[in-house]
Amino acid sequence: MNAPPLALVNARLIDPGTGVDSRGGVLIEDGVIHAIGANVTAANAGARTKIIDCGGDVVCPGLIDMRVFVGEPGAEYRETLATASAAAAAGGVTTIVAMPGTTPPLDDPAVLDFLMRRARDTAKVRVLPAAALTKGLNGREIAEYGLLKEAGAVAFTDGTHCVQDSQVMRRAMTYARDFDALIMPFAEDANLAGSGVMNEGMFASRLGLAGIPREAEAIALDRDMRLVRMVQGRYHAALVTTAMSLEIIARARASGLAVTCGTSINHLTLNDNDIGQYRTFFKLAPPLRSEDDRRALVEALASGLLDVIVSDHNPQDVDNKRLPFGEAENGAIGLETLLAAGLRLVHSGDVALRRLLAAMTIRPAQILGLAQGRLEKGAPADIIRFDPDEPFVVDPVRLHSRSKNTPFENALLQGVVKLTLVAGSAVHA
Amino acid sequence: MTDPAPGKPLFSQKHLLGIEGMSRADIEALLDLAEDAAPLSRQVNKKKDTLRGRTQINLFFEASTRTQASFELAGKRLGADVMNMSVATSSVKKGETLIDTAVTLNAMRPDIIIVRHHQSGAVDLLARKVDCSVVNAGDGSHEHPTQALLDALTIRRRKGRIEGLTVAICGDVLHSRVARSNMILLSALGAQVRVIAPSTLLPSGIEHLGVEVFRDMRKGLEGADIVMMLRLQLERMNGAFVPSLREYSRFFGLDQEKLALARPDALVMHPGPINRGVEIDSSVADGPQSLINEQVEMGVAVRIAVLEALARHLPNN
Repeated sequence: MNAPPLALVNARLIDPGTGVDSRGGVLIEDGVIHAIGANVTAANAGARTKIIDCGGDVVCPGLIDMRVFVGEPGAEYRETLATASAAAAAGGVTTIVAMPGTTPPLDDPAVLDFLMRRARDTAKVRVLPAAALTKGLNGREIAEYGLLKEAGAVAFTDGTHCVQDSQVMRRAMTYARDFDALIMPFAEDANLAGSGVMNEGMFASRLGLAGIPREAEAIALDRDMRLVRMVQGRYHAALVTTAMSLEIIARARASGLAVTCGTSINHLTLNDNDIGQYRTFFKLAPPLRSEDDRRALVEALASGLLDVIVSDHNPQDVDNKRLPFGEAENGAIGLETLLAAGLRLVHSGDVALRRLLAAMTIRPAQILGLAQGRLEKGAPADIIRFDPDEPFVVDPVRLHSRSKNTPFENALLQGVVKLTLVAGSAVHA
Repeated sequence: MTDPAPGKPLFSQKHLLGIEGMSRADIEALLDLAEDAAPLSRQVNKKKDTLRGRTQINLFFEASTRTQASFELAGKRLGADVMNMSVATSSVKKGETLIDTAVTLNAMRPDIIIVRHHQSGAVDLLARKVDCSVVNAGDGSHEHPTQALLDALTIRRRKGRIEGLTVAICGDVLHSRVARSNMILLSALGAQVRVIAPSTLLPSGIEHLGVEVFRDMRKGLEGADIVMMLRLQLERMNGAFVPSLREYSRFFGLDQEKLALARPDALVMHPGPINRGVEIDSSVADGPQSLINEQVEMGVAVRIAVLEALARHLPNN
């Protein structure tokens, strides 16, 4: 196996964890970072070392995506671990957290074991399972956090389901705390969301579509914050999408609760106006919100209130999307466009590059307790190289996902990933 | 009427409703009395006449095998006429209130009523409506005083003392009247009491009740002299309080491996009935460190002692 050392030289090194943003190189040996800094140059490299001149491109930790729906097991026609990981590698994502809403669901250690073996054998990037918060994701009975954590679960969530019963939620939080298990619930009051299919507001009214008020998210999140205070556990709000929700998180955090939050790249870069004439690729859960909410999310990202950006990658085939808006499935793919879409916020001057990358590397690593997500000696060599300025048009046909439901279809984006390393091995070049 | 052990201190109460409020002297007097009563059940002639002519009613609103049998035998060995009232066939099933039942039974002039009820505080309520002595055989999640007394007696006989021992009570503390009575009694006699359970099976604020709380069983067992396992009701095991039977037994079931973390001479107790393979492994339940059967034997002795002590308060004695 003893692969020769690899040196990425002449790069703009960005390590969001330490704030490093400087010229230099990274030396990789045996799958881990061996040296880093201005001294890692072509001239200093050993004879056996393979050298890649990055020509000033950004070299940073590989991205960690905390919310990816993979079709395997059960919906391989939409996406497999192989195709999802190919999309991830092409997008610079080196670790994905797989959501538990598979068939069968990830609520049993044996199913987790299956997923991890399949990932080991077929996936190019690291796949970490998030197990179910409640059995069958039905919101009624807490899952086996102890056994599931031993089997490899890094977090617990019901995906796009919100536990409606407060007693169940309280017990889930209480029991999870004993096992130091991270829970990342989805917050939506099901009754208030009702049969809504998009954000409640002017655009929904104009389209004649039933709306989901922002309060549906706020009420569930508010309840959860009160339970977190009662139980004193850890809580990661999987997706916050409104200014109202951000206020709730800010208040909880100011009072000392161990609360973190994430949002999707879609909610940071798109709004409900983008739905236009019933474009179902923009039908998401939670729904795309107003421009005011989007602006609030961008500000929260810049200020650090928003910890994590996820792709919320959710492959749906045409049969699930080419339907009347109200009947179409929720979800958009996003692994491959995550970084480039995020760079829109950098190019527009709203967010510093380092801050954007932190929300996709070090913050998820810290929340999940992972060794990757940083450029540090001894850390796993999960590293990407990208040119933040190079433009490209998103061509769905060329995307690696088995499903093509991207809201960035034909969009002009900037930021091309040129190299993706997982444990020092190139999985995309 | 014999006057049992006139030199010993008398139990000061008319009823036995709970351990809470009992003095250390009362508890120790009962244990001494029970210690003396223990040989009776090993004799060929197990009869005494302390309660001859007396009527004892066992009023069980909740199904019970061992506690009811234990009280029945204790009463009979003391010569009382014992009547078991099964709630399944009684007027309670026809909608009679607890107080009406109490008043009706009182009119039949019993001397002692043994009551078990699924509601916390129900035995206390009933005791206020009758003239005779009342023994709490378990009320809801509140108290089960004779269980705590028999546990203490079993420990004292084996270890020679209770003072200074570390007792780890493990399992469904939230719903357990056995745990509550034991926490009070063992603390009163100077033991260090620990409780071990997942947080979902612990009552809130338990750390303020004078016990040490452990959520990790392995840590809680370290240095324990006594490991007292509690029964987990199967209906509480399927996702409501704990996710599953297999997860519970993996993290909170007592097996040889976990027991090895306690002191080498640690003893294992369980109020019964046990769920083999769930909260306790068969090899532990049936092993040399188990006191489970001895607890049952001491149960009869303790109930004989309680009945004898209460008999001193009966009129015309």
